[in-house]
Amino acid sequence: MPLLSLVIWVPIVAGIAVMATGSDRNASAARWIALLGALLGFLVTVPLYAQFDPAAHGFQFQEKLPWIPAFDINYHLGIDGISLLLILLNAFTTVLVVLAGWKVIESRVSQYLAAFLVLGGLMNGVFCALDAALFYVFFEATLIPMFIVIGVWGGPNRVYAAMKFFLYTLMGSLLTLVALIYLYNVSGNFSLPAWYELKIALAPQILIFLAFMIAFAVKVPMWPVHTWLPDAHVEAPTGGSVVLAAIMLKLGGYGFIRLSLPIVPDASHALAGLVITLSLIAVVYIGLVALVQNDMKKLIAYSSISHMGFVTLGIFLFNELGMEGAVLQMVSHGFISGAMFLCVGVLYDRMHSRQIADYGGVVNTMPVFAAFFMLFAMANSGLPGTSGFVGEFLVTLGAVEVNFWYAFLAALTLIFGAAYTLWMYKRVVFGPVANHHVAALKDISAREGFILALLGIAVLGMGIYPQPMSVVLDTSVADLLAHAARTKLP
Amino acid sequence: MTLQSLNLLPALPEIFLLCAVSAILLIDLFIAERNRSWTYLLSLLALSACAGITLGSASDAVSYAFNGMFVDDPLSDLLKVCVYVGVAAVLVYSHVYGRSRHLFRGEFFSLALFSTLGMMVMISANHLLALYLGLELMSLCLYSMVALQRDSARSTEAAMKYFVLGALASGMLLYGMSMLYGATGTLSIPEMAQRIAAGEVRGTILVFGLVFVVAGLGFKLGAVPFHMWVPDVYHGAPTAVTLLIGSAPKLAATGFTFRILAEALGSPALVAEWQDMLVILSVLSMAVGNITAIVQTNIKRMLAYSTIAHMGFFLLGFLSGTSEGFGAAVFYAVVYVLMTLAAFGMILLLSREGFEAENLDDFKGLNQRSRWYAFLMLLVMFSLTGIPVLLGFWAKLAVLQAAFAAGYTSVVVAAVLFSLIGAYYYLRVVRLMYFDEAVDTAAIVNTGDQRTLISVNALALLVLGMTPGWLLSVCKHAVKASL
Repeated sequence: MPLLSLVIWVPIVAGIAVMATGSDRNASAARWIALLGALLGFLVTVPLYAQFDPAAHGFQFQEKLPWIPAFDINYHLGIDGISLLLILLNAFTTVLVVLAGWKVIESRVSQYLAAFLVLGGLMNGVFCALDAALFYVFFEATLIPMFIVIGVWGGPNRVYAAMKFFLYTLMGSLLTLVALIYLYNVSGNFSLPAWYELKIALAPQILIFLAFMIAFAVKVPMWPVHTWLPDAHVEAPTGGSVVLAAIMLKLGGYGFIRLSLPIVPDASHALAGLVITLSLIAVVYIGLVALVQNDMKKLIAYSSISHMGFVTLGIFLFNELGMEGAVLQMVSHGFISGAMFLCVGVLYDRMHSRQIADYGGVVNTMPVFAAFFMLFAMANSGLPGTSGFVGEFLVTLGAVEVNFWYAFLAALTLIFGAAYTLWMYKRVVFGPVANHHVAALKDISAREGFILALLGIAVLGMGIYPQPMSVVLDTSVADLLAHAARTKLP
Repeated sequence: MTLQSLNLLPALPEIFLLCAVSAILLIDLFIAERNRSWTYLLSLLALSACAGITLGSASDAVSYAFNGMFVDDPLSDLLKVCVYVGVAAVLVYSHVYGRSRHLFRGEFFSLALFSTLGMMVMISANHLLALYLGLELMSLCLYSMVALQRDSARSTEAAMKYFVLGALASGMLLYGMSMLYGATGTLSIPEMAQRIAAGEVRGTILVFGLVFVVAGLGFKLGAVPFHMWVPDVYHGAPTAVTLLIGSAPKLAATGFTFRILAEALGSPALVAEWQDMLVILSVLSMAVGNITAIVQTNIKRMLAYSTIAHMGFFLLGFLSGTSEGFGAAVFYAVVYVLMTLAAFGMILLLSREGFEAENLDDFKGLNQRSRWYAFLMLLVMFSLTGIPVLLGFWAKLAVLQAAFAAGYTSVVVAAVLFSLIGAYYYLRVVRLMYFDEAVDTAAIVNTGDQRTLISVNALALLVLGMTPGWLLSVCKHAVKASL
């Protein structure tokens, strides 16, 4: 059975079905179809994990059909352990997002839900693609639904944020397109496995690496091309923020892993210092920036950038601890940032404010919510026993192997992360009830509790027992590093 | 004179269309105003019959007629079929629009069909004179169509500008052709190519002629710095006529460019001469078109500047000077016409009696008024931007790849940066449709044929974008088989 095609197309077809329900009169039909589609989309990913052979080398579940013979472009899919985890995360998040928008979104419901389902399918496509043109098509196409989501259901400044989001990411990916065309011209095809064997001189390697890096750095986002993210997050509706933080940012990290490292390993080694420097700036400097935010969503957005710094840092350490840590950090950040944005969403739905100053003493009126929020805040600061700890710890260990100071600077995040997260938590949740709005707050509903509980289980489960995840990664990470260690100079 | 050279079959579609238009012109005189739909139907019928003839006789063989003045090759078949589709779509889109503006008259149809005939002759010309005749037939019809609403000062002004600048361009072209004749001693395209290849030519005059011919081409394509007429004509002409000017003639111009640059002047030594000129035209067009489009508030003007930018991309494929590149350029032209039809078709659809939906603000909140139309327009805009998986992306990829393979790396980088700038104004239309509240709440009135056509047209961008392989192969194959 073409499992990977199902993983991509089930959500997209479900999205089209949801869109067909039309106006808001059929909103509840749209919601149920969307939930069904998202669940189905998640169900088809389960056999992937069950049938995945952790010991096997290379890509599994491969499908290959000719697509555009004139350019030798193939519909070529296949996954390794790294893509597998991200696909699972994506399918899981899609379900949560559909649930999270259940009551909150009341206008143009079908379009909202359809956008997320289509987006989920497209992002699965990015994680599955083994053909560079296919990868690029999915990578770019994800911009359209997200642009619409931010622009239609976003906050007051949504138009600016949506435009900035689109143009920023388009700028990066257009230069990548030039690099892809270059690689096509020297190789005659768009096949990633074939490109992994391609011999390229150092000078073009460096240019290709930089072209790739612009696209992926914008997506991750790395300092200094991160400025679109806080805007996009602040303006996006809760669901948009969740998907953006949990999955879309991973497209950047995944791009580094799937394209940059194996295709241009020599340039990757030569420029690793640059990436590591930028990552450390993100970890430290953006951590400090997060500390002074007044807006909860902005704070979490900056904390995202800081945490994603660990991902790029881990990837470019070129050792097993770092790489595995980077992938686990991507997954864990998917859970935690998603949960944090959902928590802010819960508050925002009730108070219509994201300003920290408008809150205080929420624990008195929303004790259950406060407990969940506590868990995620702890995870965000990297407390051992939560998923946040696993990735950051591994990356830091990997960094010690390379250079003590890398590890030292990276470890600062444990302080800054705890500082900005817990300080925000304290100001919002603890203390006396700040005003009559807070006094009137109602605790979370069963639906919200269910969503947060799912995420809580994921965060704790991964923190206590990461084995099921790392087991599928070991071979893939080792293969990737072996690839990256082999020179491709002619 | 052999029997072979008397064979008129290669020109059968043209001959048929000429007879059909003449018949329609006469029949229309005897049709009462309320039965005008007959003219409309007959015109569509004539175009479909032409398509039938062209498709029925399509083969990889190259055949000549009129003593080698006329050629029927795979490329001409491809372009002609696209022209029929384009013109037929224009007629359908302008159906309701024309009725409410006194455009739904015999003149409109016969002029449109005569200009189609001109395009077909241009596409199939194998001799510079035939080429020029086709060009003039097409242009004269278009000039008069712009002026069809003779009470409108704006239209008349646009027609005047179009006519004067068009005449100037024709003059340049003729001057260039005369120099080519002086240098090579022939006006026949294959003979010219042979003599140039054999080296029996005067280099300086040839290059001078080339410069004038390229300038003339630049005018017809609307490439910077010969683009001045484009925004004014697009803006001033009735939208139905703008749609016609913006669509099918671009295919004719593609054929024209191909015949002159690739066939007549395609010898390696000369290619280097015109490549440099095309680089300048192409980069300037992308720069001016994309940057100027940003500040437009009228969507017709905006699309005019977008056309200029797209012609820059089209030239990018051409300037590679390889058959792959020509194939990519032809593909680009076909895709571009498909996108333009949908974009202007949407403007026509949203217009109603006494109201032109020609300002960007008229698209505000379209998603509230009609989710389906907004979605279709979204597809068109993202396709024009070049976002995958829509068809426009593959067209861009094809020309960029061709230019890259020919070694124009920096031009390619410039092209992608300009298309980033271009993304802004296409996105703005999407923004207006989806993010803003509707101002105009009038119901959108149109007929079933229009609704079907716009849906098919815009969805084709998506569906063909998911399966672009065959169209691309058809274009590349047609060029290869014709060279």
